[in-house]
Amino acid sequence: MPIAYIDGQPLEFRSDERLNGIEAARRLGIEIPHYCWHPGLSVVGSCRMCLVETGMRDPQTGKVAMLPKLVPACNTPVRDGTVIITQSEKVARARAMVEEDLLLRHPIDCPICDKAGECLLQDFHFRYGQKERRADLRPFTSRRRDLGDHITLFVDRCILCSRCVRFVREVAGTSELLLVNRGTHQEIAVLPEFPLNNKLSGNVVDLCPVGALGDKRFLYQQRVWYLKPHPGICTRCATGCSTWIEENQDRVYRIRPRENLAVNRWWICNDGRYDYPHLHDPRRLVQALRREGGSWQEVNSGGLVGELGERFRHCGRIGVALSPFLAVEEAYLLAQWARGLDPEALLVLGPVPVVGQDERFPGGFVISAEKCPNRRGVEEVIAHSMHRVPAFEEAVQAAEQGQLGGVWVSGGYRHEWIDAGTAERLARAPLVVVHDLFPSPLSERATFVLPGAAFAERDGTYVNRNDHLQSVRWAIRPPAGVLIEGRLFWELLGRPGLYQAEAVLRELAGQIAYFRPVGQRPIPETGFNLKVYLLAEAGQGCQQV
Amino acid sequence: MGQGGFSEGVTHVPQYEPVLLANVGKPESHTLAAYQASGGYTTLRRVLREMAPAAVLNEVRRSNLRGRGGAGFPTGLKWSFLPADHPGPIYLCVNADESEPGTFSNRVLLEHDPHQVLEGTILSAYATRARVAYIYLRYEYPLAMERVQRAIDECYAAGLLGQNILGTPFSLDVYIHRGAGAYICGEETGLIESIEGRRAWPRIKPPFPAVEGLFRKPTVVNNVETLACVVHILQRGADWFRSIGVPPAPGDLGDPGSFGPKLYCLSGHINRPGCYEGPLGLTVRQVIEEFGGGVRHGRKVKAVVPGGLSTGVLGPDQLDTPLDFNGPVRAGCLGLGTAGVIVLDETYPIVEFLYNSCRFFAHESCGQCTPCREGTRWALDMVRRIRAGRGRLRDLDLLAEIGNSIGIIPGTTICGLADGAAWPIKTVLTHFRDELEAYIRSTNPTGYAVSEPVPALDGPDGGPATPEAAGRKAAVCAQTDVLRAEMTSAALASPAKEAQASHPSTAVAQNGPAPPASSGLAASPAPGRETSGG
Repeated sequence: MPIAYIDGQPLEFRSDERLNGIEAARRLGIEIPHYCWHPGLSVVGSCRMCLVETGMRDPQTGKVAMLPKLVPACNTPVRDGTVIITQSEKVARARAMVEEDLLLRHPIDCPICDKAGECLLQDFHFRYGQKERRADLRPFTSRRRDLGDHITLFVDRCILCSRCVRFVREVAGTSELLLVNRGTHQEIAVLPEFPLNNKLSGNVVDLCPVGALGDKRFLYQQRVWYLKPHPGICTRCATGCSTWIEENQDRVYRIRPRENLAVNRWWICNDGRYDYPHLHDPRRLVQALRREGGSWQEVNSGGLVGELGERFRHCGRIGVALSPFLAVEEAYLLAQWARGLDPEALLVLGPVPVVGQDERFPGGFVISAEKCPNRRGVEEVIAHSMHRVPAFEEAVQAAEQGQLGGVWVSGGYRHEWIDAGTAERLARAPLVVVHDLFPSPLSERATFVLPGAAFAERDGTYVNRNDHLQSVRWAIRPPAGVLIEGRLFWELLGRPGLYQAEAVLRELAGQIAYFRPVGQRPIPETGFNLKVYLLAEAGQGCQQV
Repeated sequence: MGQGGFSEGVTHVPQYEPVLLANVGKPESHTLAAYQASGGYTTLRRVLREMAPAAVLNEVRRSNLRGRGGAGFPTGLKWSFLPADHPGPIYLCVNADESEPGTFSNRVLLEHDPHQVLEGTILSAYATRARVAYIYLRYEYPLAMERVQRAIDECYAAGLLGQNILGTPFSLDVYIHRGAGAYICGEETGLIESIEGRRAWPRIKPPFPAVEGLFRKPTVVNNVETLACVVHILQRGADWFRSIGVPPAPGDLGDPGSFGPKLYCLSGHINRPGCYEGPLGLTVRQVIEEFGGGVRHGRKVKAVVPGGLSTGVLGPDQLDTPLDFNGPVRAGCLGLGTAGVIVLDETYPIVEFLYNSCRFFAHESCGQCTPCREGTRWALDMVRRIRAGRGRLRDLDLLAEIGNSIGIIPGTTICGLADGAAWPIKTVLTHFRDELEAYIRSTNPTGYAVSEPVPALDGPDGGPATPEAAGRKAAVCAQTDVLRAEMTSAALASPAKEAQASHPSTAVAQNGPAPPASSGLAASPAPGRETSGG
């Protein structure tokens, strides 16, 4: 294996790996500060923050020949025998110089800057900067202009790393951003009539190493050091991007992409980024209700589980619509419960919302037309019991024809998902339970309306359109009164102890072939692809035969 | 200014017969007929008939021709970096974006002998197997644009360009790409980006253009004068070429020597500014005395820029520095550069030179690399403050630090523009630090020793940056005041006639205060600025 030496430490790497100095150093836990380089963008080498000393070690003699000048680590391919020094006086001076240069015309308005606390310029200044200001004192300047519906630019804070410009050219492919003027007069700009409104535009705010690009929804809402990030999964579409859900006291203020090379790389779309307001929508269902005659009666949660169990035990044939917004564990428990009461229970896949076509971007990012996170996982749970995946319409027809004594419909939809006609047909069943986030035509006609938890409030596992499985834990607590899906189903099943998604996942992995790989290995933060392991297993099977 | 010198009786150094400028000054020298009448394109005819591309390359390599654009990289070596069996296309770019202050030799060649350059272009394309050549022409050369385009058209008509040149299998198309007035487009990868239609941000190397250049294909970028030399190397042979100039320094195996004819551009405080031809290695004194006819008004030399502004300055005690590729380096300058010699006489304040130099490079920095973008601007701000009489001695240390830390030599930038900005600062501080210190002490007697940060010149307390800006600002203020007064008077229901009477322009003329007196120095433009326009 080739070996490189970084600050004297040897680093072994595979010969087919293409690492630059920054990536190689990171593997040894050595930070090489940088602004313009980003793993998902082309290399320009212009910020000059990552300057290091490099050389080659002669494999025979062991002698190291160093280059006399500094080179940017971002454009230094690491090969066998590459020597990189990041801790020399020369490197420290170069870093201090770049830091000082970047602060010459920077407004240093950290107290009113949204980026303060997670700003690279700020962090690197404390780690690598000069101790004193040597340049002339300048008046504070703060020019701001909007680049698009979501993005605003604080012109004077920009350090001209050009990450955002490269992003809209290389990943979004829309090229709205450009640099105008030259030298220190250079600025990020958009052309008139062509604002930055592409569906990935929010990513430029995350990419910006300083507070130049601001997210108008997040602007001045919260100091970043109060935010607690939790790993999450976007449930807006079947792509299933990894996210950071950032909350303070159970209120989500921001959703940002979490690096996951197999799914979303470093990006998320604006739909997913701005998918948190519905969590705190005042119209959300927060009280379990029972219809009595023409009026609604509040049900206190103490007796609810027993009452539901009783009613479904005696209702006749049960139909259950498993929403594609349910996690795998939740779907499994609900299916177990229904099948336990009625071995012939009809399990159907809830309505799968599809809007338009898949949107593909030049950088490989895909926004799926299928606007739900877990169709694949729920399908496999249903198929395990039913040996097929009946559509929602089948349950509607059965209810309309009076074949179903009780219907349980799980929701989780953000938008209108059922029309009045369908709801009417479904409500022919004598017992209808709706477990959902928002009131709907069906909840108006239901026997029981149960408030459900939203995506950030639940533990669970999701499988995306490409069979990539990811597990997350809850990020915030739901509003009081909400009946969290997994916990409710656990109690309905009458199982002892507390609901733990992990244990349920292991249990179902033992039963459902599709999920078998889950039981055999820990799930990494970024998840893994079930298809890959299943194919590998199948391959081994063939070889053994 | 460039034309003046050679047309009014050129004083050549004895025993030197001009080669590159041989046709310049003849009537209609820019036409094909005139060029062919003096033997033009015979070399091309012979080479295409008798020599293989590899032989041409070899002859150029053997001549030790070094690029005339500034860096002095051996041309044959550059060509040999092209991948040997590349399926093509390979591109040749002719760098005619001559923007170095004090340099106008390409202009003379392009305006008065474009066919010589074209013949060199065709020969070089033949040697490098390029089938398309782009001439990147500086925007500010409209006459050159017209004449080169006409020369290209003449060549196409005469079968010297296009398909199957002179009946041989070799084909070449030549296009002019006109720049838009940016210095950075003369950097080879900036030039390539510009031809591709993008912002002329120099590319990070590697990959070098010979491997991945224009449109991501192998590319050679050569200066106009370099290509003109190629014609004569092939006409008279590499040995003739090596008989002119300075041989390699003994013992230095890496030195290819400084051979061949060179165009020296003389400007500044000199009696006969102009473009002159001589062998490489003339001393600064020879060039000033014999070509330039001495310093104007019989004054002494204070400083000399040896090769275009970015090479820095030589002191008055360094006039015997030979202008070959090593001489200026040994004397503490960046290099020979373009051999654009700018002379400053003893009366010229060095702070003006420094200011002009800093302003040029801050203005022309493309803004890509942080140290160059911010460093050149910081230097300019300090020099402007010094010039306005509010300098500190500490500023000179900071200037020296900037001068020593930006550029490709320390490795802090992508291209050499920052080196060009650094060298004038560094060399001025080396030779004229006493003068600058005296200037600071005398103009800022209360504040010269301050070492704490001071308000920037354009800060809230600092006042406007220059006398002109002060005048502008005063005029704007006056105008605003008038408008305000007008509005107030209108609000006070004064008759409309009165409001018309106090028309802003007349009011400014009456009320506008005179610009404050300048800081005791005549704001005469520095030579760099005069010549940057060619």
